[in-house]
Amino acid sequence: MSDEFDYKIEAKAADATTADASAPPIDYVPPAERPEQELYHSKSWWTTYVFSQDAKYIGVQYTCVATAIAVVGLILSLMMRTQLAFPGLNVLDPSTYYQFVTMHGMIMVVFFLTALFLGGFGNLLIPLMCGARDMVFPYVNMLSFWIFVLAILLLVSSFFVPGGPTGAGWTLYPPQAITVGTPGNLWGMVMMLASLVFFVIGFTMGGLNYVITVLQARARGMTLMRLPLSVWGIFVATVLALLAFPALLVGGIMLLLDAVLGTSFFMPEMISMGEKLSTEGGSPILFQHLFWFFGHPEVYIVALPAFGIVSDLISVHARRNLFGYRMMVWAIVAIAALSFIVWAHHMYVAGMRPWFGYFFATTTLIIAVPTAIKVYNWVLTLWRGNIRLTVPMLFTLAFIITFLNGGITGLFLGNVAIDVPLSDTYFVVAHFHMVMGIAPVLVVFGAVYHWFPLVTGRMLDEGLGKIHFWITFVGTYMIYTPMYYQGFLGVPRRYFEMYESSYASTVGLNVFITVAALIVGLSQLIFFYNIINSARAGKKAKKNPWDANSLEWQTPEMPPKHGNWGNELPVVYRWPYDFGVPGIDKDYIPQNVSPSQVSGAKADKT
Amino acid sequence: MTIAFVLFLVVVGTLIFHIWSPWWLTPLASNWSGMDETLLLTFWVTGGVFMAVGLFMVYCVWRYRYQKDRKSEYKPEDKKLEFHLTWITAVGVVALLAPGLIVWNKFVTVPENAVKVEVMAYQWGWNYRLAGEDEILGKTSIHNISDDNPYGLDLDDPNGKDDLLVEDADLHLQIDKPVKVLLRSIDVLHNFYVPEFRAKMDMVPGMITFYWFTPTKTGEYEILCAELCGTGHYAMLGTVVVEEESDYSNWLAQQTSFEQILAQNKTIQLTEKQ
Repeated sequence: MSDEFDYKIEAKAADATTADASAPPIDYVPPAERPEQELYHSKSWWTTYVFSQDAKYIGVQYTCVATAIAVVGLILSLMMRTQLAFPGLNVLDPSTYYQFVTMHGMIMVVFFLTALFLGGFGNLLIPLMCGARDMVFPYVNMLSFWIFVLAILLLVSSFFVPGGPTGAGWTLYPPQAITVGTPGNLWGMVMMLASLVFFVIGFTMGGLNYVITVLQARARGMTLMRLPLSVWGIFVATVLALLAFPALLVGGIMLLLDAVLGTSFFMPEMISMGEKLSTEGGSPILFQHLFWFFGHPEVYIVALPAFGIVSDLISVHARRNLFGYRMMVWAIVAIAALSFIVWAHHMYVAGMRPWFGYFFATTTLIIAVPTAIKVYNWVLTLWRGNIRLTVPMLFTLAFIITFLNGGITGLFLGNVAIDVPLSDTYFVVAHFHMVMGIAPVLVVFGAVYHWFPLVTGRMLDEGLGKIHFWITFVGTYMIYTPMYYQGFLGVPRRYFEMYESSYASTVGLNVFITVAALIVGLSQLIFFYNIINSARAGKKAKKNPWDANSLEWQTPEMPPKHGNWGNELPVVYRWPYDFGVPGIDKDYIPQNVSPSQVSGAKADKT
Repeated sequence: MTIAFVLFLVVVGTLIFHIWSPWWLTPLASNWSGMDETLLLTFWVTGGVFMAVGLFMVYCVWRYRYQKDRKSEYKPEDKKLEFHLTWITAVGVVALLAPGLIVWNKFVTVPENAVKVEVMAYQWGWNYRLAGEDEILGKTSIHNISDDNPYGLDLDDPNGKDDLLVEDADLHLQIDKPVKVLLRSIDVLHNFYVPEFRAKMDMVPGMITFYWFTPTKTGEYEILCAELCGTGHYAMLGTVVVEEESDYSNWLAQQTSFEQILAQNKTIQLTEKQ
C-alpha cells in the first residue's frame, strides 16, 4: 500500500517537472495522477486479427457481428410485414410468425443496438476520445467480444433445435412462454435464455472496462466536464446496463428452471390445453417486474449513447458550440436515474395494484422534462450555427424529427389513463420503433458516415450516402406514422392476421406500410455496397476530415495506430465544442490546443 | 436545401395525413369519454410541440446554412433561456398528467351498484358467468375444473348454484348499467379488450383482475384478446351485445344455471349407465 502511494507521488513530481516547466502559466494542466500503463502488443496473426486486444479493433469486430445479426432481424421483419399485408401468399404460418416476432425483437434490442452502441462505439470511441492508449483491461475486453459471439451463436442455433426458436414475444412472459400453446416452448426457450445469460456475462466484462477506462484512464486535463457527450452517453448507459442486466439474468435463470426442472417461480396452478400442470404458487407478474426492471433502463441503454453521439455530430457539422453542455450532461444523468423508477408503466394493464398507476405515471412524465431539454438544446445548437449539410448532419436532422415524433407519443402511453385504450395496439408498435428503433439507427448511420474515415482512412461516398439517407428517413417515417392511427382504431399488435375494424378498413394502409418497409429494407443494400466499396477504393480522407475538436481526430496517424498516440499522450486544455470562437480565423479549436497557441481566442473557460 | 424542404413536408404532411385519415378512434360506446378527452388534449398539445419544434428546425436549417465567410455564434450557455424552457415544459407535463390521473382514479374506483360479470379466458376463447338471482358469484378454483365443471365452481358453495354459465357464446349486457368485469384465466395471460369501450386489463392465472365500465350504446361489439397468449392469439375474438332492458331480460331467461347443468349431466350419466 505504502509503496504504491510513494510511486504515485513520484510520478506526479516527474510529470510536473518535465512537461510544465517551459509552458506559460495559462497552459497549466495538473500533472497525471497515475503512471502510464503497460500496453499489450500482439505477437501472432491470431492475436492480431482474431483475438485482438486493441479496443479499436474490438469495436469494429462488435460492429460487424452486431450488424450481421441485425440483417437477420431485418429480414425476419420484412417477411412478417409481407405476411401481414399479403396473407394470400402464405409466407408464414402462425407459429413461424410469432417466432419471427420474438427473434426480431430480441435481436434488434439486445444483440444489435445494445451491442453496437456499447461494444461497437464504446470500444472505438472511449479510449480515443478520453486520450487513452487502450481500455484498461484489454484481455477482458477481448473475452467480452468472444463471449458475445458465443451468445449470438446460441441465439442463431435456436432456429435449428426441435420446435424451433421461442415464439413467446421478446418479453418472454410466463406462463405462455414455457407452455405448449407457444412454439419453441422448451428448446427454443432454453437456447434463448442461455444466449441471454452469456450476453450478460460478456457485456459485464466489457461494461466494467468502459466504466473504469472513463473514470481512470483519461488524458491529463480531460476532466469529466470536458468529455465529449458521446463518452458521457456511453458511460452512463454502461452504468445503467451493469445495474439493469442482473434483473434480466435473475429472471432468465428462474424462468429456465421453471421450463426445464418444473419449478414454480413464475408458474401458478394452471391448466394447459386441457391438462392440469403440476406447478403452483408462482407469480407471472413477478417476472414482468423483473423483466421491465431491466427492460425500461434498456431503452435508455440504447438511447443515451445515441443522444451523446448525436450531440457531437450536430455540434461538429453545425460548426457551433453545443448549446447547454452542462445541462446536457445532467439531463443524461437525470434520465438514467429516473429510468429505474418508471418500469411498471409497461404494466399499467397487467393486473398490478391500481395504486401503482399514479406513481409510475408521475415518474414517467417527469422523465419527459430532461428529455425535452435535450431536444431543445439540439435544435438551439442549430440556431445561429453555420450548418454543413453533410450526410452525418442529414441523419442527425432526421434523428431529431424521428425522436421528437416517437418521444411525444410516449406522453400518451406514459399517462396511465390514455395507456388503457392504446396499450397492446399498433400505437405502441409505432411509438417504440420510432423512439428506440429508427431514431437510434439513424444515429448509427450518421455515426458510421462520420467515423468511417477514422477506421479506414477513407471517406464514404457522399452521393450514395444521400440516396441511402433519403430512402431510409422518408421511408421509415411513412412506415410508422400510419401505425399510430391503426392504434387509435384499436388494432391490436402481435396478431398474425391483421384485425379488421368494422369502423374503418386498414387493408390498403397495411399494403402501403409493407411496400414502404420492403423499399427501406432493400435500400440498405446501398449502404452495405457503399461501405464495402469505400473501404476498398473510397476517397482518401485527410487528417481530421470534419474539422472536429475531439481527441479521436488528433492522433499522430490517421487512422490511429496501435497505442493510439505515438510517443506522447495528449494533454487536454478545453472542452470539445469550441466552434466559432471569436478572435481567431479558424472556426474550431481542438481539445489539445493550448491557450497560448490561440492567444487571441475568446473562448469560455471549461 | 432539399432537406429543409423535406423536413417541412414531413411536418406539414403529418398534419395533412391526420386531417385526411379515415382511421381514428372508433365511436365511443362506454362511459370512458374521459380517456378520449385526455387523449385528444395530449394529441393537440404534443402535436403543437411537434409542429413548433419541427418548423423551427426547418427555419434554422434554411437560415443558418453553411457560408464560408460566416462564423456561428459562440454562446455555450444561456441560463435564462434554459430555465424558461424547463419550467414551461414542466407546466405542460403537469397539465397533461393531472387529467390523466383523475380519469385513472375513476377507472380504478368501481361504483357500488356495478353488476359483476365474470370473464374466464382460456387458450383460445371466452366463457362468461353471471351471478344469478342472489347477485353473488360462487367461489371457483382451478382445482375443481373438470369436464363436468368447466368453470371450476366450488360444489359446497351455495352461492354458485344459481350462477348462469355462458359457454362459448356471446356476452350480453344491459345498456346504461355499470358492469364490473371480473377477469380470470385458467392458463396463460390474456386481455379482455373491446375497442369501443376503451378499457382493457390483463387476465392472470392465479388471480382475479377487474375493471368497470357502463355500456352507453346498443349494438354488437367485437372482443379482442390484447395480450399475446400463444399461437391462437390472433383468433381469440368474441362478441359482446349491448341491448335494452327487455331484450336483455329475454336473453337472461334463456341462460342455464350451474345447478341445471349439474342435473343435466347427472341424468345423462344415469341414462348412459342404464
